[in-house]
Amino acid sequence: MYTQGLDQAGKSGTARSAEETPERLEAFQARIDAEEKIEAKDWMPEAYRRTLVRQISQHAHSEIIGMQPEGNWLTRAPTLKRKAILLAKVQDEAGHGLYLYGAAETLGVSRDRMVADLLSGKAKYSSIFNYPTLTWADIGAIGWLVDGAAIMNQIPLCRCSYGPYSRAMIRICKEESFHQRQGYEIMLTLCRGTGEQKAMAQDALNRFWWPSLMMFGPSDATSTHSAQSMQWKIKRFSNDELRRKFIDVTVPQAEFLGLTVPDDKLHFNRATGHYEHSDIDWQEFYEVISGNGPCNRQRMAKRRKAHDDGAWVRAAAQAHAAKQAARAAA
Amino acid sequence: MTVETDVAAYATRLGDNALVLGQRMIEQVAAYPELEEELANANFALDHIGQARLFYTLAGDLEGAGRDEDDFAFRRPECEYRNLLIVEQPNGHFGDSIVRRVLFDSWYLLLLDALTRCSHEGLSTIAARAIKEVNYHLRHSSRWLVRLGDGTDESHDRVQRSLDDLWRFTGEMFVPDVLDDEIRITFKGPDLGSIEATWRERVAKIVAEATLEMPADQWMASGGKQGRHTEHFGYLLSEMQYLQRTYPGASW
Repeated sequence: MYTQGLDQAGKSGTARSAEETPERLEAFQARIDAEEKIEAKDWMPEAYRRTLVRQISQHAHSEIIGMQPEGNWLTRAPTLKRKAILLAKVQDEAGHGLYLYGAAETLGVSRDRMVADLLSGKAKYSSIFNYPTLTWADIGAIGWLVDGAAIMNQIPLCRCSYGPYSRAMIRICKEESFHQRQGYEIMLTLCRGTGEQKAMAQDALNRFWWPSLMMFGPSDATSTHSAQSMQWKIKRFSNDELRRKFIDVTVPQAEFLGLTVPDDKLHFNRATGHYEHSDIDWQEFYEVISGNGPCNRQRMAKRRKAHDDGAWVRAAAQAHAAKQAARAAA
Repeated sequence: MTVETDVAAYATRLGDNALVLGQRMIEQVAAYPELEEELANANFALDHIGQARLFYTLAGDLEGAGRDEDDFAFRRPECEYRNLLIVEQPNGHFGDSIVRRVLFDSWYLLLLDALTRCSHEGLSTIAARAIKEVNYHLRHSSRWLVRLGDGTDESHDRVQRSLDDLWRFTGEMFVPDVLDDEIRITFKGPDLGSIEATWRERVAKIVAEATLEMPADQWMASGGKQGRHTEHFGYLLSEMQYLQRTYPGASW
C-alpha cells in the first residue's frame, strides 16, 4: 500500500532499461572490478538486477518469517530482562525486513509484489525457520548458531557491489552481532545452570547444528548461482568456504560451553588447520526447501492469516487517506 | 502498613498494568497487518515491559524484603496482581487493540502526568520517563482510531463495536480505593475524579474525529485493583510464568 507504481520503474527510459551491448556489459564489469558501487540509477545487466532482487527479497522474507520461531518464546521468556532482549531482537528483525524490502525496491520491484510472491509460495526464505523452537534453549541456539551463520554470510555482503544492499547490510550486521552474543550468553547461562538446563542446551544444539550448516546453501559443486554472483561481487566467498569458517569458529565455542557437537566424525585436521565433518544430509535440505520441513505449512499459514486479517485495516487506511485528500482538495 | 509499603503496593499496581498490557501486545507479534505496525507494536510493548521493570524494582526496594522484578512478575498468583481488567482482556482484531490502547493510554497518560508532580521521588522519576513513551503511543493509536473510524463502512462498524465492548472496563479506572487516596493525600498524587473529566473530554474528541459514537453509560466491570480478575487472566499468567514455575530456583 505504500509503494504502488514501483513495478513500472525501469520501463520508461531510465539508464537501467538501455540495451545490453557488449560495450555496456564490459564497462559494467570494469566498474565492478574496480570495486565501484553500483547505484540504483546506474545501468546494470538485467540478470544482475534479477539476481539481486531474488537474493535481497529472500533475505527480507527470511527476516519476517524468522520472527515466528522466536516470537514463539516471547510470551514465555523466563525473566523480564530476557523478554525485553528477545522483544528488541524480534523488533530488529522486522526493521531488517523493512530496510531490505526498501533496498530491493530500488531495483524496481514493489514491496507488494515481493510480499505477494512470498504468500503465494513463489519466493523462498531461509529453510532454518522451518524448524520448531521447542524449548527456551532454542532461543539461545538460534542466536548463537543461526545468527552466527547469518553473520558469516552477511559480513561479506557489506562489501557487495550493489550500494543500497551493501549499506543496508552494514547496519544489519551491527545488530546481528549483538543478537549472536545474546544467544551465546543464553547458552552459557543454561550450561552453568542446573542439569536440566544443560540438557536443554545440548538438545537445542543437537537439533540446530545440522540445519545451521545447511544455511550456507548447497556445496560449491552443486550451487547454481555462485559463479556469476562471485564475478559480480554480489558474493565474495563460496558456500563451502563460509561454512568451513563457521565450523572453525563455532566448534571451540561449543567446547567452551561443555557441549558436544552432534557429529561423530568431527575432528581437527592439523595439516589444513580446519575441522573435518561428516557429510551433510542434503536430502533433508532439499525436502525442507521444497516445503517438507517440520514447520513450513505452519509458518506460511500464520503469515497468510496475518496478511488476510489485515486486509480490512489496509483498506480502511487507504479509504481514509482518499477521504482526506478529497477534503483537502475541496 | 507503613507509607513505604503503600507506595510499594501502588508501584506494583502500575507495574502490573504495564506488564499485562505489554504481554497482551507481545502475543500479537508477527501477526500485524503491516510491517510498519509490526515494528510499532513490538516497540510499544517493549516500552511497557521497561516500565513494569522500573515500577517493580521500585516496589522491591521500598518493600525491603529482597524481592526483585522477576519475583513480582513470575512468582505471584493471579489474586496478587492488581492490574485493571481492561489490560488483561484477550486480543481481538487490530481495531480492538487500537481501541484498548486509546482508552487505557488516555487514562495512563493523565495518571503519569499527575505522578510527575507528586512528591514521591521514586514515582515521579519513573512517571517522567514513561510519560514520553505513552504520549507517543497515544498519538499513534489515536491516529489509527481515526483512520479506522473514518475509513470504510466495515472498519467503522468494527471499531464502533470494539469501543462498545471495551467501554465497560473503563469505569474502574476512576474509582479510587484506599491506596489511591493515600497516594493522593500523602504525596499530592493523582486525583482520579479530575482525571475522569479530562479523560472523557479527550476520548470524546478522538471518538468524534473518528466519526464514532461515544458508548452510552452502562454497567461497569471492576475488581482488578482488588485482585479479582476475569477468567482470561489465569491463562496469561500460566503461559508467562511457565518456566519459572516448572524449574523453581533456576537462573536464566
